[in-house]
Amino acid sequence: MRTITYRDALREAIREEMLRDERVFIMGEDIAGYGGTYAVTRGLYEEFGEKRVRDTPLAEEVITGVAIGAALGGLRPIMELMTINFSLLASDLLVNSAAKMRYMFGGQPAVPFVVRMPSGGGAQRAAQHSQLFETWYAHVPGLKVVMPATPYDVKGMLKSAVRDPDPVLFIEHELLYNVKGEMPDEEDEYTVPLDRGEVKRPGRDITIITFSRMLHLSLQAAEDLAKEGIEAEVIDLRSIRPIDIDLLVDSVKKTNRVVIAEEGWKYYGTGQGLAALIYENAFDYMDAPIQHVTGADVPMPYSKVLERAALPKKSDIVNAAKAIVPAALVRK
Amino acid sequence: MKTVEMPKMGDSMEEGKILRWIKKEGEPVKKGEMLAEVETDKVNIEIEAFASGILRKIIVPEGTAAPVGSKIALIGASDEPLPGNLGENGAGVQTSANSEPQVKDVPSQVPVGVNTLSSSGITTSGTQGRIFISPLARRLAAENHLDYATVQGTGPNGRIIKMDIEAALKRQPPAITPAPVPAAEPVMPLGAQPVSAAPEPALAAAIDSNEVVEIPLTAMRRTIARRLSQSMQTSPHFYVTSVIDTDKLAAFRQQINEYAANDPSPVKVSFNDLIVKAVAKALLRIPRVNVSFAEDRLLQKKQVHIGVAVALEQGLIVPIVRNADQRGILDIARETQRLAEAAREGKIRPEEFSGGTFTVSNLGMFDVDSFTAVINPPESAILAVGSITPTPAVVDGQVVVRNRMKVTLSSDHRAIDGAIAARFLQEVKRLLEEPFGLVL
Repeated sequence: MRTITYRDALREAIREEMLRDERVFIMGEDIAGYGGTYAVTRGLYEEFGEKRVRDTPLAEEVITGVAIGAALGGLRPIMELMTINFSLLASDLLVNSAAKMRYMFGGQPAVPFVVRMPSGGGAQRAAQHSQLFETWYAHVPGLKVVMPATPYDVKGMLKSAVRDPDPVLFIEHELLYNVKGEMPDEEDEYTVPLDRGEVKRPGRDITIITFSRMLHLSLQAAEDLAKEGIEAEVIDLRSIRPIDIDLLVDSVKKTNRVVIAEEGWKYYGTGQGLAALIYENAFDYMDAPIQHVTGADVPMPYSKVLERAALPKKSDIVNAAKAIVPAALVRK
Repeated sequence: MKTVEMPKMGDSMEEGKILRWIKKEGEPVKKGEMLAEVETDKVNIEIEAFASGILRKIIVPEGTAAPVGSKIALIGASDEPLPGNLGENGAGVQTSANSEPQVKDVPSQVPVGVNTLSSSGITTSGTQGRIFISPLARRLAAENHLDYATVQGTGPNGRIIKMDIEAALKRQPPAITPAPVPAAEPVMPLGAQPVSAAPEPALAAAIDSNEVVEIPLTAMRRTIARRLSQSMQTSPHFYVTSVIDTDKLAAFRQQINEYAANDPSPVKVSFNDLIVKAVAKALLRIPRVNVSFAEDRLLQKKQVHIGVAVALEQGLIVPIVRNADQRGILDIARETQRLAEAAREGKIRPEEFSGGTFTVSNLGMFDVDSFTAVINPPESAILAVGSITPTPAVVDGQVVVRNRMKVTLSSDHRAIDGAIAARFLQEVKRLLEEPFGLVL
């Protein structure tokens, strides 16, 4: 076992896939000479050269269009968008072209490309650059949307995404790049499936469903709850689309109570979609209404103090759990 | 396949409890035959089959309550397949609708879906609005045949949660026995001392089980407790007592009974029948006593329907002598006896004990001097009748022995003032002391 960062795990996945398959190439703004805005691709230009590590103009529509074209032409592009906020410029290509091609051309063309992009707030990037749009894309049939939260998952899932025949939106988090985690040795090849969540901490009293950066806050919240006698099960969705509903239902059958914790906005988002699915599939197992922890329903403030206030906190998760776990159940 | 539903017997009925299935599954039934005995909040009633066939399926087992309109059994041909999901009211409706042509002259059964989750028809016997219960807790209650109306919810907003059901199941065997509460009041006709403000839950917890025998409340006991507490708590009672000389009344009664014994349908008239007649006539003269208090107005009743409290082993019931003012004395006597008989046999029908406008409660047979009675809402007054007793009385300056009885009128002061109550009692007294007035 060794311990590496989320950033290094990403780089390892890209490098291993490029070594494995010469059709794999990467492109994006400042990813070559500069090594990427978050230094994910540092060193790859030196190793693989200009042909497979390409800088692009500041034009998300161009990057995406090229990636779709290259994928249709038989290559395996990994494109990087500097943040998910800029992907809106390319959203027509993602939603109307990439997501639809296999369907509209009778299943003939595969569009195997990966869009890597960070999302989320917490680094004072203000209202336009702190958003989470996974919900927007996960709404669309034809796209896969994943948001791994740990170095192990991010490496295994990126390798799966590169090998997947369909467009995969691979959403990272700006505050996760320095998160460290245990990894198998470099020689030990592994992948993580794109359609499976995982129980990151087993528990019997309540299920906390979360993803991306909120996984880490949820695990800390579960520690706090455990000190108060409440055993929380923490589930990392990992994939937003497809959703691993069976995993959620199994857990709900055991705990009968759910907190959904996400960083994004409350209304019409991932959490509300999950809540509806859980009620549809596990209504008779619910002993309390689902609690929903989200970011504040505001454009992200630039002020550090206000940004902190707008982001969901560990204590929000703890309080949400305590609100629906009966006091009598708490084991002191 | 025809669906048998919990019938609505009386306006206040929200659910009925199956006391006994007279027919068993698989037995043939004829239209009009008795199917089951049902306990409502007021009486026990036998319900009859409305179609002939085989009693194919009993959906609501004995001892279980089901809301009005819910499916309690299926009647069909012996080879007819049973519908798959008996718990889904919707499915049941479809089945019965499809087979409608097979059974003639059957009123269409429109189930009032109340609780479709439970496959056994177990639901709540609560009547005070809806009970909040989590989906899981509701399912657990249904699976264990637990009537969750008696379960105290400890979740947010008093919601019943899984833990509450589990605790309730631990406390009692998995049968439909409502949590027993000690009977606080002796079983007596409307009366004596007022029912105190219900302290049941606290009381139940404090009592040592070695010192008491717990008597589960019957539906009737619960109804008495609820209605009379409500009466005592909402209507300010006041009492007016009068002493009535009954010598002439006794002679009058004897004359009537000599006549009635030779009537084609002989009958014995009681003092109480004469009192009912007197009260009915007095109400015609003083209609301001024949009223209901309706918050923003008084409702003066055009008809005079006199309730006669009847003591039963399990409580009491007040059958109604309808239009008592228009009935002859023999008729009142026959009707009262018929109703009392029906009440004792549990065969009285809801319309026979609802809709009264005034009640007479008589404890004379128990050697009671006098007592006060609790008004039977929505009525505004009740007459409590004591025993007829030989009493020293002053007549024309001489002390003589006369037979007398004390009657006490309880009135709701929101509707009736003291002077009106007194005038009414005066009229009753006049009619009973000069009893020819009763037939003139």
